[in-house]
Amino acid sequence: MPERTDDVLNRFRQGDLNAFESLFREHQRSVYGWILRVVRDPAAAEDLTVETFWRIQRAHARFEPARPFEPWARRIATRAALDWLRARRPETLLTDQDVAGLPSTPAPDPGIAAEIRAKASQAFARLPPGLRIAAVLSIVEEQPHKDVAAALGISVGAVKLRVFRAIRMLRKDLLEQGIRP
Amino acid sequence: MNKHDEARIKQILRETLPPADPAAEPSRDLWPAVLRRVDAETGADRAEGLGPVRQNWFDWALLAALVIFAVSFPATIPVLLYYL
Repeated sequence: MPERTDDVLNRFRQGDLNAFESLFREHQRSVYGWILRVVRDPAAAEDLTVETFWRIQRAHARFEPARPFEPWARRIATRAALDWLRARRPETLLTDQDVAGLPSTPAPDPGIAAEIRAKASQAFARLPPGLRIAAVLSIVEEQPHKDVAAALGISVGAVKLRVFRAIRMLRKDLLEQGIRP
Repeated sequence: MNKHDEARIKQILRETLPPADPAAEPSRDLWPAVLRRVDAETGADRAEGLGPVRQNWFDWALLAALVIFAVSFPATIPVLLYYL
């Protein structure tokens, strides 16, 4: 089985379109899922999955077959998602429809009022995209810092720092909106 | 900011942004869209392939004209150098 994978990866590196399709079929779900975690919009996640695989195909000659494909693809996906977040106006982020449209919506905690959630959503949307990604992947999606660091191409320490800064900025923003967490 | 505040902010964030379904899948087959994008890029590359040749040819022609002009009118060389 690993021989088959190595063969596919080698052929992909040489620009073989069939090998690229095999890799697409194998990894599209995980890439889509990762992007969805970051952008939280199923339609945008689909578009960004296409964008990611297009970038992957363009970069095929730079791929090192000795290294695993998945983390490489995830890093490209994260960069595409980050570009999308940067291009999007913060005010349009995370509307109620976005949140309601997510595939998984747990029952609301009665301890947290709807007003607080709405203001927290707005405050989160105002965070710089780099901090937003680190916070959503680490806190909400509970991804290991190591994986988040690999996807963002930064160190584990830098991820922890971004999460800390995101929390501090959220707290400050909520306080300014009259919400004491 | 103390530990309690930090934990509370995390809790609010988790409540505000529910985690995505780990089993989520695209609603459609994305391969045709990827293929269209790759084909469009390949087509654009092919079209661009003609561009650099033309540009090269034009660059060389411009350089040749400049050299002929400079040889014919050496007094203009300092003026040309001044504007380069």
